Amino acid sequence: MAAFETIDVRVGLEEENEKYAAQVRELCAGEGIFLINLMASPGAGKTTVLCRIIDALKEEFSIGVMEADVDADVDAVTVSERGARAVQLHTGGSCHMDGRMTLEGLAHLGPDYPQVVVLENVGNLVCPAEFDVGSNLKLMILSVPEGDDKPLKYPLMFTVSECLLVNKIDTAQIFDFDLEKCRANLKPINPQMPVFPVSGKTGEGMEPFIAWLKERIHESH
Amino acid sequence: MHELGVVTHVIRTLEEVAQENDVTKIGSVTLTVGEVSGIVTEQIIDCWNWFKKKTPLVCEAELKIEPVPAVTWCTACEQTYETVKYGKTCPHCGSKETYLLQGSEFAIKEIEAE
Repeated sequence: MAAFETIDVRVGLEEENEKYAAQVRELCAGEGIFLINLMASPGAGKTTVLCRIIDALKEEFSIGVMEADVDADVDAVTVSERGARAVQLHTGGSCHMDGRMTLEGLAHLGPDYPQVVVLENVGNLVCPAEFDVGSNLKLMILSVPEGDDKPLKYPLMFTVSECLLVNKIDTAQIFDFDLEKCRANLKPINPQMPVFPVSGKTGEGMEPFIAWLKERIHESH
Repeated sequence: MHELGVVTHVIRTLEEVAQENDVTKIGSVTLTVGEVSGIVTEQIIDCWNWFKKKTPLVCEAELKIEPVPAVTWCTACEQTYETVKYGKTCPHCGSKETYLLQGSEFAIKEIEAE
């Protein structure tokens, strides 16, 4: 190894991602985009809830959706039928979206950018939590069948998220889901996070969440 | 879980560093991997060995990994403890007012270049 010189690199993976996340933030601030990073398990109801959000916001805001999946475009078709501009991003096997992929995805929605853009992240409670994409809001969905113990099992996801929707609340009895137990499990990890029990299917509980969300959007715009 | 993505990230960064420093061949790469970074060292090595063959810059490079133990600081009794063993609760005083001092990092520390 005598022929080799040592170069001090000291680049953290996070710093590399942060560079792109900062560019996303800059783009969003400049273009007046409110970017939501929507994260949840596969099957938690991300797309169904998203359709409710689109319905509730589309009178007031133009809406764009970036569907991130390992493969397929079923979600992009669903949300575009709902009146949002959708782009389907294939992560090429990757289990999460990072800052660079988000920046590239946003470019597909320009130059006339929507006022609200929802990034529907890959269904996964682990990896998306670790990668900041430069969003204005990290919105998480936990669905009732997954169980009220999930904050204990995936603490990072529940720590980084800024709002929790407990979806499929209409099935709480069937699955023995205890909302108070869920809140108690959440408390040591993220005591400030607002929690909204909702049903994407019936629309139950969506109103207070939408009011909260609109307030957040107006604050940033 | 996302080790392959991490390795592609590392290699992309190395390519940038190599360009900045006029390096065409890398002899070794040292990564620091925190105990609670969520990165599985064995999988990093597997992905690296698969990917390096496709990248002339690092095709002969040796991968060195420096583990960083996870240590938590208790703000109540002002002592440190092993994160993995005790989690968020301080074993000295039982407080939950604790935060991670080190162990979440994942970084390229240095490279040896021709």
